[in-house]
Amino acid sequence: MSRYLMIDFGSTFTKLTAVDTELEDIIGTASHFTTVATDITIGYENALKKLFEKTGEIKFDKIIACSSAAGGLKMAAIGLVDELTVEAAKRVCLGAGAKVDLAFSHHLTKKNIQQILDKKIDIILLSGGTDGGNSECVLYNEKMLADNHIDIPVIYAGNKDCQDEIMEIAQDGGLNEYVCENVMPKLNVLNIPSAREKIREIFLKNIIEAKGIKKIEREIDEVIFPTPEAVLKASELLSKGYMHESGLGELVLVDIGGATTDMYSLCSASAKRSDVIIKGLEEPYAKRTVEGDLGMRYSALGVLNALTKEEIRTINLDENVDMEKELTYRHEHVDNIPTDEHELHIDRIIGQICVDKAMERHVGKMEELYTPMGMVYNQYGKDLSKIRYVIGTGGVLVRNADPYQILKKVEYTPKRPLELRPDCPEYLLDADYILAAMGLLSVIDPLLALRIMKKHLKPIEKTTK
Amino acid sequence: MKTIVIGVIGADVHAVGNKIIEYVLKNEGYNVVNVGVLSSQEDFINAAIETNADLILVSSLYGQGEIDCRGMRDKCIEAGIGDIPMFVGGNIVVGKQNFDEVRERFYKMGFNKVYAPGTPIEKTLPDIKEVLGE
Repeated sequence: MSRYLMIDFGSTFTKLTAVDTELEDIIGTASHFTTVATDITIGYENALKKLFEKTGEIKFDKIIACSSAAGGLKMAAIGLVDELTVEAAKRVCLGAGAKVDLAFSHHLTKKNIQQILDKKIDIILLSGGTDGGNSECVLYNEKMLADNHIDIPVIYAGNKDCQDEIMEIAQDGGLNEYVCENVMPKLNVLNIPSAREKIREIFLKNIIEAKGIKKIEREIDEVIFPTPEAVLKASELLSKGYMHESGLGELVLVDIGGATTDMYSLCSASAKRSDVIIKGLEEPYAKRTVEGDLGMRYSALGVLNALTKEEIRTINLDENVDMEKELTYRHEHVDNIPTDEHELHIDRIIGQICVDKAMERHVGKMEELYTPMGMVYNQYGKDLSKIRYVIGTGGVLVRNADPYQILKKVEYTPKRPLELRPDCPEYLLDADYILAAMGLLSVIDPLLALRIMKKHLKPIEKTTK
Repeated sequence: MKTIVIGVIGADVHAVGNKIIEYVLKNEGYNVVNVGVLSSQEDFINAAIETNADLILVSSLYGQGEIDCRGMRDKCIEAGIGDIPMFVGGNIVVGKQNFDEVRERFYKMGFNKVYAPGTPIEKTLPDIKEVLGE
């Protein structure tokens, strides 16, 4: 019998999940405010005290953690053409659990360099050119970084042919340079794993140290992932299954947070219908997108900006509210927790908008083309229409008595028929916030993590409003 | 190894000739980047930029090639690859027209070589080798 403790150092809360391998279940959870600004161990120890009050003192066999504290992992993705290597670089960053705060195409300018410094970027991912393709652009950009003595780790993931020249420029300029495989070795072929490993390596070596998270490793075994990567790992396991234990099949996961809305889709990127031709960069099985402007509190103003005037008016009329006032209020009171019916109602509306807009940006789309052979369709992105499950997580869903009304906004709508949204999926709720913890556990014991997830994700009833 | 971007432009789904072109050029020892059918001008140009291509070879079989190809050279200039050679071939205009006039129109659009309907890819190889300096 073993007992493991998983910790998620979130931007707001430090969440603890204790697991017993013999019971094959969670034996306790607890949380406390994250205290990364002072000393991260204080929040951890308080949460641990709370946990022990419920479970009694436990000696853990292993304690591992993931972290998105102190702003998470902020990256700049640099490529050549927007639709190709810039997009590939962005997907690698997102797949590694980072936020893409900046994305640049073609030659970097002095202004771009200044933006990298101003945004306090943690890691730069430099790509451009297929293997054997364009090298002029990456060499120029590397030189720009070197000439400006950028003191940020740089991962080179571009055209393999000029790796040596890149390293020379980096050494001459004193850059902290890492080299990995090209993110787009051939046209429209996406290569995530090598660059993702490099990002994690740097995250563990430099970033958590710089953010004051490293000192927790005196108390625990180690911090092993950025939190979103742990969630991605958990959802991939849940989708694919492990050994004889079957998974749930193709699924979508929505995480509505205070600052961002994360959308994960776990499904093959192949065409699901015979009348489309797939276009654009290859899509990964496990795809994550992050909407930094869509969130319940910190990003409430972003939600407002994402809506057209017409949409705001329609909501105000339909729901009898003043969205502009309500969203501004929540942006100014980020610690607001709904206490009455009205506030729950407003949170429900914001949640619906976040889900709808995040899905609109994540989901694949068709483009109609009229040809002499009749109508044909180009498909860009992933077709999610046959998805079986949609899983929701985040405070707004857990607190709401009727989370289906929020989550159903992922579904197909005749208003936008060209978006390949899920068509009538089943819904599950991560009411105990276990996904990140199970992603961590999957490193030690995937089978156990899978079983616990299948047990704890609760079906959501489809209500009529 | 020289790189050639090939594909079928516009709302055209003729896939067979495209595969034959890819097969022949690969056998000739070229690095062939195939953007496939239903490809926009941007698909060709973006592929050429990323792969540092030496030649763009545009096919069109459904008669609307003239509309689909207009402005492509200007976009190449905008994208910084204004000097890249561009060849076009297939049934590139509507109906049966005097091909000398057709060829002239495509030269004006910035194409370097223009091939009449039914030209096998093998016949274009000397031109390809010449423009690639082989």
